[in-house]
Amino acid sequence: MSIDLSQFHQIFFEESFEGLDVMESQLLDLQPQEVDAESVNTIFRAAHSIKGGAGTFGFMQVSEFTHVVETLLDEIRSGTRSMQRNYIDLFLQSVDCLRAMLGSLQSGSEPDGERAATLKASFEKILQQSADSDSQVTEEKPTVADEGCSNGWRITFRPAEDILQTGNEPFRMFRELQELVGADNLTVIPLTDNLPEFTSLHPENCYLSWVLEVRSDVNRDDIAAVFEWVADDCDIDYQPLSVAAAPDIPTADTAVTEMAESAVSTDSTEPVSAVIPDKVSEALSASAAQQAKPAARTAGKSNEPSSIRVSIDKVDSLINMVGELVITQSMLGQLGQDFDMSRLARLQEGLTQLEQNTRELQESVMKIRMMPISFAFSRFPRLVRDLGGQLGKQVNLVMLGENTELDKTVMEKIGDPLVHLVRNSLDHGLETTEQRLAAGKPGEGTITLNAYHQGGNIVIEVKDDGAGLNEERILNKARQKGLVPETQELSSEEIHQLIFLPGFSTADVVSDISGRGVGMDVVRRNIAELNGSIEVKSKRGKGSTFIIRLPLTLAILDGQLVKVKDETYIFPLVSIVESIQLQKRSLNHVTGSQYVMKLRDEYIPIVRLDELFNLRASDDEFENPMLVVVEGDNEKVGIVVDDLLGQQQVVIKSLEQNYKRVTGISGATILGDGTVALIIDVSDVGKNLDKSAKGQSRSDQAA
Amino acid sequence: MASILAVDDSASMRQMVSFTLRGAGHDVQEACDGVQALEFAGQKKYDLVLSDVNMPNMNGIELVKELRQLADYKFVPVLMLTTESAGDVKAQGKQAGATGWIVKPFNPEQLLSTIKRVLG
Repeated sequence: MSIDLSQFHQIFFEESFEGLDVMESQLLDLQPQEVDAESVNTIFRAAHSIKGGAGTFGFMQVSEFTHVVETLLDEIRSGTRSMQRNYIDLFLQSVDCLRAMLGSLQSGSEPDGERAATLKASFEKILQQSADSDSQVTEEKPTVADEGCSNGWRITFRPAEDILQTGNEPFRMFRELQELVGADNLTVIPLTDNLPEFTSLHPENCYLSWVLEVRSDVNRDDIAAVFEWVADDCDIDYQPLSVAAAPDIPTADTAVTEMAESAVSTDSTEPVSAVIPDKVSEALSASAAQQAKPAARTAGKSNEPSSIRVSIDKVDSLINMVGELVITQSMLGQLGQDFDMSRLARLQEGLTQLEQNTRELQESVMKIRMMPISFAFSRFPRLVRDLGGQLGKQVNLVMLGENTELDKTVMEKIGDPLVHLVRNSLDHGLETTEQRLAAGKPGEGTITLNAYHQGGNIVIEVKDDGAGLNEERILNKARQKGLVPETQELSSEEIHQLIFLPGFSTADVVSDISGRGVGMDVVRRNIAELNGSIEVKSKRGKGSTFIIRLPLTLAILDGQLVKVKDETYIFPLVSIVESIQLQKRSLNHVTGSQYVMKLRDEYIPIVRLDELFNLRASDDEFENPMLVVVEGDNEKVGIVVDDLLGQQQVVIKSLEQNYKRVTGISGATILGDGTVALIIDVSDVGKNLDKSAKGQSRSDQAA
Repeated sequence: MASILAVDDSASMRQMVSFTLRGAGHDVQEACDGVQALEFAGQKKYDLVLSDVNMPNMNGIELVKELRQLADYKFVPVLMLTTESAGDVKAQGKQAGATGWIVKPFNPEQLLSTIKRVLG
C-alpha cells in the first residue's frame, strides 16, 4: 500500500508557520535572566513538531536544520545549559530561516541552503562548547555483533511479571517470530517453574517463561527486533544452536497453539482468566468510532488553496440559522400552495421572519471570514525589537484591541501598509534617547497600535509619542518639489496631508528602514483600494497618530443609491463627504468644458455622471440636480446626479470577472428588484478630470 | 480492523496517521493532546492507542500513566510516537506503562507493519 504524502504537505506548512509564530512570540517575551520553563517547553515543542513533520514528509533540509535548533533548546529545557541573549537572537534568526525555507518549499522551489548552513554552523559551535555540566552524550544503541549464519537460536525468554500491564503480549511476539522464521522452524516450550501457589496467584501477572527454539538461519538482530520493546525489562538469553544439537521437542508446528493454551490454562480457574482475548474481541465488536474531528478544518490540497480556521461555534451557529431558514421556507411554501387574501397577515409575518433569517445568516457567514487583528499585529513585537536595536532607540510597543475582528482579505492587505507606518514611526517619529531625555520625555519611546470597531468600520491607529510632524520642513519640501505654490499658505492640517502626496519624502537621508522608495502615497493608495481612508493627526513635540478606517469586509459595501436619468448607481458611503442641492449660480466655468464649484472656501471640480456615461442628450437638462461631494485619493470631486435614493448594504459582484473592466466603475450589485446597479469607483472618476481644471482649481484656491 | 485512538498535537501528523490507518480499514479517533485523549478513552475502549510524546496540556508519558489507571486500559497496547533516538524517552514511556514505540520519522508502511505487531 503506498500513500501519497504530498496531500498532507499543505496542512504541515500551515501548522509549521503557526508553530514558528508561537516560537517567535515566546522568544520575544523571554528574558534570559529568568527563563520561564513553560515558555521554553512551548518553543521546544514547536521546533520538535516541525522537525518531526519535516522528517515524515521528506523535507530533510528543514528537518536537519531544526534538529540542531531543537538540540540546543533541549539542553536549555533540561537545565544543562542556561539561556543567553545571543541564543535568543540565534533562535529568532532560525525562525526567519525556517519560515523562508518552508515558504520556498510551499511554493515548490528549492530552499536557500546557505543561510541554514551558516546558522547551523553557529548552533554546532555552541553545542560543541561543553554545556554547563556534562555534555549530552547521545546513547549509541549497543550493536549486537552479527552472529548470523548459525543453525538457529535457543532463546530463553523470562518476561517481567507485569509485562501484560504494558500491553505487551508474549503470544503476539511468538506469532511475529513465527512469521519471521516460518511455523515449521519454531518451537515454543513454556516453563512453569515460577508459577506460584494458586492462592497467591495474581491473575493480571505473567508467571510463565518460555524457551523458544528457532531452527532457521536468521540474524540475531532480526529476532531481537521482535523483543525490542520488552528487552529492557525482560530476561532474554540467546544461545546459538549447534549443528549437532538435534531438536528433541515434538510437534513443532503446533507449538504455538499449545503455548497459547497453556498460557490460558494456567489461570483458567480464575473467572478473569481470559481477560485479554475477551477484552480485545469486545473492543473489536464495539460500535464504530465517532468520527467527529476535534477542530473543523479543511484538508489542504497540494496546490494550496488558502484555507481558514473557523471555530466550531461559528459553524454551529451557521447550521442553526440554516435550520431556521429551512423552517421559514417550508412555512412560506405551504402558504403559497393555497393562498388567499385572508392569509395575508401570515404571509407578511413569514416574510419578516425570512428577512430576519437572511440577515442573521449573512452576519454569521461574514463572521466566518472574520479573524482577530492580532494576526496582523503579531509581527510587530519582533519588528519593533529588531528595528529599535538597529536604530539604537528604546521602544515600548503597546497593542490594544487585538481581538477586534476583520475580514481575512482585508487583513492580508493591510499588513504591508501597517508595517510601513510602524517603521515610519520608529524611524522618523521617535527621537533618539538623548533627544527625548533633553526634551524632558522618558527615554523609552512608545508606539501604540490600537484597533476598534466604529460603526461598520474598523479603525486602526498607529500612534507614537515622538517629535510630531515637522510642518516647516514638510512645507519647504513641498514647495521645493513644486507640489505647493510658493505664495500659498496652508493650515496645519493641510500641511499634514502633504505627506500623502506622491513623490514626497522628508527624510533627508534615505535610510534602510523607511524611505525605500515606497512612500506614504503608496500606503494611502493601498488603503484606498480597500475602500478605506487614512488621516494623520500630529502635535509638535507630542507625537503623531495615523488613523486608518477600513470597511469590515470587502464582500459587502454600505452604499448610497443615486439616480441618474433612469439608471441607479451606487456610491460607497465611506467616500461621500456631503450631499447638497446644486445651485446653478455657484457653478463656474473654467478653461475647456470643466465646471468647478466654490464650496465654502474651496473650489471643487464637478463631474456630470450623465455626461460621463452618455445617458442624456445635451439639450436635456437636470431639473433639480443634487451634488454628491466625494473624496477619493484625497481629492474632492463633486458628482452631479438627479436624485438621492436610499442607503443600503450591497453585495459586491466583480464586473471584471463577469464582463470586463469599465473605467469609473468598481463593481456591480443586484438590487432588490433584480436589476443590476453599477458601483462608482470614486477615485477613478476623479482621474478622468481635465488636468488643466485641477491646476486651475488649485490656483483659484491660492488666490 | 481495529479501533485506534491517535493522539498528536500536530494536525499534519494526525492526518497522516489516521489516513494511513483508515486506508488499512481501521477506525480512527483523533485527539490533539493527552487531556482530549483521556476524554475519548473514557467514552469507549479502543483496541490501540498511538500517542505522540511532546504535547501541550498533557504529554504522552502522563497520558500512558493515566490510561493504565483505567480498568479498561490496563492491557490495551499503547505505542509512543517518538523522535528521540536516545533511550531516555523510551525508558520513561516503558516505565509509565507504554507497550512500545515507533520512531519518527516513519512512513505509512512502517506504521502499518508496527501496529500489526501489536494487533496481531
